[in-house]
Amino acid sequence: MATSAVSHADQIPSVYAEKRGIWSWITTVDHKRIGILYGATAFTFFLMGGIEALLIRWQLARPDNTFVTPEFYNELFTMHGTTMIFLAVMPLSATFFNYFIPLQLGARDVAFPRLNAFSYWVFLLGGLWLNSSFLFHAAPNAGWFGYANLTSTQYSPGLNIDFWMIGLQILGVSSLAAAVNFFTTVVNLRAKGMKLMRMPMFTWMSFITQVLLLLAFPVITVALILLMFDRFFGTHFYIPAAGGDPILWQHLFWIFGHPEVYILILPAFGIVSEVLPVFSRKPLFGYAAMVFSGIFIAFLGFGVWAHHMFATGMGPIADTMFSMTTMLIAIPTGVKIFNWLGTAAGGSLQMKTPMYFSLAFIAMFIIGGLSGVMHASPPADLQQTDSYFIVAHIHYVLFGGSIFALTSGAYYWWPKMFGRMLNETIGKVHFWLMFIAFNLTFFPMHFVGLHGMPRRVYTYPAGLGFETMNMLETAGAFLLALSQAVFIYNIIKAWRGPRNAPADPWNGATLEWATTSPPQEFNFAVEPEVHSRDPLWERKRQEGRLPEPQRVSGQGIHMPRPSFWPLLTATGVAGIFISMMMIPYLGWWFVVAMVLWFLFSVFNWVFEPV
Amino acid sequence: MSDHSHTLEAHTATGFDSRKVAIWTFIGSECMFFAALIGTYLVYHGKSLSGPTAGETLEIPLVTIGTAVLLASSFFVVLALNGAQRGDRRALVTWLSATVFCGLGFVGMQIYEFSHFVHEGLTIKTNMFGATFYTLTGFHGTHVSIGVLWLATLLILAIRGKITPDKALNLEIAALYWHFVDVVWVVIFPVVYLMKDWKP
Repeated sequence: MATSAVSHADQIPSVYAEKRGIWSWITTVDHKRIGILYGATAFTFFLMGGIEALLIRWQLARPDNTFVTPEFYNELFTMHGTTMIFLAVMPLSATFFNYFIPLQLGARDVAFPRLNAFSYWVFLLGGLWLNSSFLFHAAPNAGWFGYANLTSTQYSPGLNIDFWMIGLQILGVSSLAAAVNFFTTVVNLRAKGMKLMRMPMFTWMSFITQVLLLLAFPVITVALILLMFDRFFGTHFYIPAAGGDPILWQHLFWIFGHPEVYILILPAFGIVSEVLPVFSRKPLFGYAAMVFSGIFIAFLGFGVWAHHMFATGMGPIADTMFSMTTMLIAIPTGVKIFNWLGTAAGGSLQMKTPMYFSLAFIAMFIIGGLSGVMHASPPADLQQTDSYFIVAHIHYVLFGGSIFALTSGAYYWWPKMFGRMLNETIGKVHFWLMFIAFNLTFFPMHFVGLHGMPRRVYTYPAGLGFETMNMLETAGAFLLALSQAVFIYNIIKAWRGPRNAPADPWNGATLEWATTSPPQEFNFAVEPEVHSRDPLWERKRQEGRLPEPQRVSGQGIHMPRPSFWPLLTATGVAGIFISMMMIPYLGWWFVVAMVLWFLFSVFNWVFEPV
Repeated sequence: MSDHSHTLEAHTATGFDSRKVAIWTFIGSECMFFAALIGTYLVYHGKSLSGPTAGETLEIPLVTIGTAVLLASSFFVVLALNGAQRGDRRALVTWLSATVFCGLGFVGMQIYEFSHFVHEGLTIKTNMFGATFYTLTGFHGTHVSIGVLWLATLLILAIRGKITPDKALNLEIAALYWHFVDVVWVVIFPVVYLMKDWKP
């Protein structure tokens, strides 16, 4: 099968060839290319966030260490958290939204291809802006949730917080534009016969994620606007001396922030729900229960935010309510875990690398989920809050959860995205190294946390019993870095190898495996029609082994034209926010200029023929 | 409903044009934006440490006229859309002009109101009322202004005869946004103005 794929890949006539060159990437509106741009950018930010983590761990390896200053340490943990959440995990999920939602739906592209490009460019500019703060020695330093009134001009007079809030506002525009786009895509661009209850589980979970993005991001937008007004225009929204209330920030932030953790994990749930059935050779167990538990998790996700705030003293009634709703979330999550186990149980397991990562995801996420249920209880939470126990929890759900699932997705979908298989042996080395290193890094944090080691403090004194555990954690962190180096080696090796991945290397069930690897610009030569939840398995049952799909000329298929207006409009959006930060230096004319530039780009976009 | 040749698909899974689904989606998202702003206003109502307060400052009669003008504009845009769909260019241009005119009237009312309050000594920095009032009504006013710009663009196209019945959807989408902005004001007007003397 591989040989036939090689030969036809080598013989692609020039009319079928892909577009090349930097300009074709700048002006692309192809969801697959935008997906790859998201992936490359997000992985780069992931490595930067990882380097920040290594510096943190180096500092904490020994007691009373002076490797970094307390001030720089504040910047490191703030940028590590902000980067990993907004610039790594979210856009890595968006990589797969972009590439695979249209393919799984049997569509030619997303509903609004130019808006999709716009989302990417805004994301890139927001990420660059946030990180450019290092060049000015003014990286954000108030934690990834930037509690008031640490962020007030009184306590943070520098540019640090300005970079943070402007950066997040820019990124919010990107997320909202993308969410509108993907929501509409799922609603409207399903192939013939693709009813909602036939959609692949990754697309389902991503769909729910878009709803969360749409409803959660406006709230942090408002929270950041109020912060902006406090810092730039002299209001006192979060300043108690003038009648404001810093707790309002916490409420607004967590009304966004808790749905945000489901924004980070639901796509991971979706990836695992794709990988497990394929490598167990069984349909997903309890499809409907999976869909509705996902919806239930998202719904409850808006009613639990104040469990992040038990330490503020909200009183017994609020504490009880938020504790109960939080514990309730364990039920739909448990439904999911049992359904995954039910999917694998009794299957003929194909132990390929994606399967390793997905199975590890289940185990690691259970550990993170259990510690989550522990601090759903206010008395327990008051012991654990602001300690390394919380750091352990967040990393078990976001690294053991999201990152393991995203890595699983990378190995699973790599052949589809690049036409090249990642090496299985290196993949398993990557897996075991990452799995062991991950647990070595984060499991001891449970213990030091319960022993009282506070988070966000740049060092600890000797003699408190933290030394061994911290040294282990640091060793684990560097091993984790090594595991990522193995992954990168695997990528480079595949890159240099031949483009010989077949269209359907894993015997998949969903539509993305029905087209060439990588798919041509228009995805499918003939728009597919769907009659069941596992359309490709159904076809293979009826027709036996399917012939390798061939590249075709695609004449007569209308695809949207490339455009540079999404990029220029993105510079306008970023420019408006950045110009607000510049008001003290440049005055209002720069804001006006940026608004005009934005309007100019929008009008050109709107009136551009597609 | 009009077919749209520009969109990627001639038909969609739901039968609704994607742009219509998108604007409804965006409106859903905007609900949370204004919910957060209105929530903030209510949380800080009566929390100012110094005057002037809402009860001392706000004047209902002028804003009632502004509200009536804005609500009327929602009616006019429906008539304009009806004209566009029937291919009645005169009705389209007339009622769309009326819509834009009313929108400008509302924005003008708000500019007058803001500058009047500033003269009376209430700025965004003065107290919690100033901060929450200007932020909430200012963001609503920004939305109205964007709507006016959007509708005025469509008006120019309509005058040039570019909004044919098969392109009426372009106006319908703008009209959905416009109605939403009106509905938000229907919440803001009682919460901010009619309840100005409310003691929490």
